[in-house]
Amino acid sequence: MYTLTLEEQTYTCQPDETVLDTLLREQVAIAYACKKGTCHSCMVRSPDNPPPEAAQVGLKNTLKKRNHFLACLCHPQQDMVIKLPDSSEFYTEGTVVVHEMLNRNTLLLIIAFKDAFEFNAGQFVNLQRSDGLTRSYSIANTPQIANTLEFHIRRLPQGKFSAWLHDDIKAGETIAVSEARGHCFYLPERREQGILLIGTGTGLAPLAGILTDALAHGHSGSIYLFHGSRDVEDLYRIDEMRQLAQQYENFHYIPCLSAHHVPDGFTRGRANDVALATLSDLKGWRVFLCGHPDMVNQAKRMSFLKGAALADIYADAFLVTPN
Amino acid sequence: MSSTQENESKTLYDRIGGEAAVNAAVDIFYRKVLNDYRINRFFDNVDMETQAAKQKAFLTMAFGGPHSYTGADMRKGHAHLVKMGLDDSHFDAVVESLVATLEELNVPQELIAEIVAICETTRNDVLGR
Repeated sequence: MYTLTLEEQTYTCQPDETVLDTLLREQVAIAYACKKGTCHSCMVRSPDNPPPEAAQVGLKNTLKKRNHFLACLCHPQQDMVIKLPDSSEFYTEGTVVVHEMLNRNTLLLIIAFKDAFEFNAGQFVNLQRSDGLTRSYSIANTPQIANTLEFHIRRLPQGKFSAWLHDDIKAGETIAVSEARGHCFYLPERREQGILLIGTGTGLAPLAGILTDALAHGHSGSIYLFHGSRDVEDLYRIDEMRQLAQQYENFHYIPCLSAHHVPDGFTRGRANDVALATLSDLKGWRVFLCGHPDMVNQAKRMSFLKGAALADIYADAFLVTPN
Repeated sequence: MSSTQENESKTLYDRIGGEAAVNAAVDIFYRKVLNDYRINRFFDNVDMETQAAKQKAFLTMAFGGPHSYTGADMRKGHAHLVKMGLDDSHFDAVVESLVATLEELNVPQELIAEIVAICETTRNDVLGR
């Protein structure tokens, strides 16, 4: 018999029980439905040790890497610490070291930590204000850079949190940052695979991290980045991306504008439309989609129909918290 | 034991190749369904990961593998689609996609016939009759 630890509580998993059986018997509030590994409702995480392989069947590679597993399929092989998806989070205090504008409405925020911050490029964290107001933001840098996290914060109309970050917080002040989450990140495998990155607005943040990570790992397949917005004033990092495209033969950068006025060097159209018109066959490609939920859902379906395997499509839809 | 006898003693699921066969079929099958103008509207507002997981469970059942679907599950799971007009023609279209998928994977015709027969057993539950 093995012991399951959840927050401060411990439970005993009987020999014939799955982790889900034990938690339900103990009346732990855990989401579940099919109890046979199909619906993924009962996905939980084992932060300390890899869970049994049989409990990860059908999960995406990046979820497996982060030790996510299905409680309904898990017969423990050792004592386990378990985190539910909504388990209260551990926050670390960081200090704002850079606070400057990337374009007319996007703030570059860099937060420094005393110790190394564990994450994969492309993941997101929750930032929390002292009154408890919390929002999720994607990390834009890679872990190779010393103990800092970089964020691109777009000012939203009536956005309480983005207004606070833009107008009130200053370099030198502290902010609470959660552990990194999400499964939209690069794994250094199949380096010859084509990679398609499509992002709108600050969807560039996680994609820039993923791109840097892939290039640093010597990814040899073609990498295409389509970054879109309405007007040229709402794109950013244009020169840096162009420079990278010159430096790396396999990297292609296509900035897209959906408004009428399209200056030289930019492509007319929505980023997802341009991308899917440019690349006609995505069989064997890895696809990363970040930004507006409508764009993400549409691009997900289209990339799949153009041949990308569902397991190779990673999506991060930016949901806006209603005020 | 001759190889014919051996084949007869193995389940359909084993003969087709078990979970590996399901994994090989699921993307091809789902892509065909989404490309079929007769039925793709039924899949417009679903989460693709959730739907793919359901397709896997369905294929496992159709391939004669372990599953715990009951007729009641089938009815409940499709009731909202029946309200949208799901009928025999749509059921036939899905079976057509499945057959095309299996042919693409070079599954022998006699196994395809067995799989289609299993699908047929769910028709009335799926269509809420």
